[in-house]
Amino acid sequence: MSGFLSSSIARKVAMALSALFLIIFLLIHVTVNITSLFSENVFNELSHFMGTNFLVQFLMQPILIFGVVFHFVMGFVLELKNKKSRSVKYVKYNGAANASWMSRNMAISGMAILAFLVLHFIDFWIPEMNHKYIEFLPEDPTRYFAELQHKFTNPLRVGAYVIAFVLLALHLLHGFQSAFQSVGLNKYTKCVKTLGKIYAIAIPSGFIIIAFFHYFNH
Amino acid sequence: MNLTLKIWRQKGPQDKGRMVEYKVTDISEHMSFLEMMDVLNESLVAKDEEPIAFDHDCREGICGMCSLQINGEAHGPDRGITTCQLHMRMFKDGDTIFIEPFRANAFPVIKDLVVDRMAFERIQQAGGYISVNTSGNTQDANSIPISKQNADLSMDAASCIGCGACVASCKNSSAMLFVAAKVSQYALLPQGKIEAKDRVKNMVMQMDLEGFGNCTNTGACEIECPKGISIENIARLNREYLAATI
Repeated sequence: MSGFLSSSIARKVAMALSALFLIIFLLIHVTVNITSLFSENVFNELSHFMGTNFLVQFLMQPILIFGVVFHFVMGFVLELKNKKSRSVKYVKYNGAANASWMSRNMAISGMAILAFLVLHFIDFWIPEMNHKYIEFLPEDPTRYFAELQHKFTNPLRVGAYVIAFVLLALHLLHGFQSAFQSVGLNKYTKCVKTLGKIYAIAIPSGFIIIAFFHYFNH
Repeated sequence: MNLTLKIWRQKGPQDKGRMVEYKVTDISEHMSFLEMMDVLNESLVAKDEEPIAFDHDCREGICGMCSLQINGEAHGPDRGITTCQLHMRMFKDGDTIFIEPFRANAFPVIKDLVVDRMAFERIQQAGGYISVNTSGNTQDANSIPISKQNADLSMDAASCIGCGACVASCKNSSAMLFVAAKVSQYALLPQGKIEAKDRVKNMVMQMDLEGFGNCTNTGACEIECPKGISIENIARLNREYLAATI
């Protein structure tokens, strides 16, 4: 088992499992947020539930943070190790001839998403933690919609979110099917690739629509 | 056609190496790439210069000996071929062609364009075989039923010639496609199942020891593989490894 944990395939599978977990999280996140387009009350109710439920707050949230941190740290560790496996670089290397830009630049799109997450945490997560667990402010189940809408009044923030979600789409276009390949699930490759493309476009598009909707309707 | 060649020259494993420019003239489009290299070497010998060392053997696309990274692609710009099968008609008069050795720390340069690919041999020795009792009572292979689908998939995997194009073209210098092909060809057959767990564990362990990078599923290896080995074999390798270790 110790040999397994240090093997290249184990690291690859660990990356894939954390990716699959984050893929499920993104689906839940966009589903909750998309309700803000249709109903202020439903969005507030769902947000209040997610923000106050004991299991979500003290079990799912730490697991999610661990998953995000693990995915980024492992990604960078693998990238550095991979870079070291070819000390003398090619004078001419035509990577575009045989692999997509997305697959060759997962570290770049990953770093951009990491930078976005810092902004996202500053925007939503840190104020939320401050509200509930530091200042212990009284809970208002109707505050979430107004807070969301307020964030998207700044066009620079909307622009940053849109760029980040485009990069997220590029990351997912390779990452989704790659995660399935890494865990050895290739029997339905065609179906997985199609589903991956739909997911990679639909989820970031959903977030972009939400940002634009609240910018134009605040 | 007349061409400018920028070729990696390196006197030995310890030499730093550098790109050197050569001009070749009156190259026929019907020549193979290695024949063009022969012409260049003859001209160098005639000038009392050291000819360029490069690997080759069968020149029929079977042995896996020839290598070369040509204009940034393993085995050059054509698909499904080795360098010896690459023809000069793929290039135009006046072109500049970059010729480099396959690059990976696990494939150290011996001289010029020749690299040491013994890492592949050591991976094979770690488990890429079936132990056969040769005492005289070996079972006739035809008496073991094998589905047509598995026989075909196994044969496809077995067509890997171990040239190293997968490693050379991968941005991570990963050897996963090679190891996946060698593991798959046995994993798909009843004869290979007996030692399947030890085989996959030992071959992956040796692959890691050799210093190859991690696979990130870019698929470059599959595109550049002269034998068209599918990356579905890599998914099979992952399954076999997980089944053997967990």
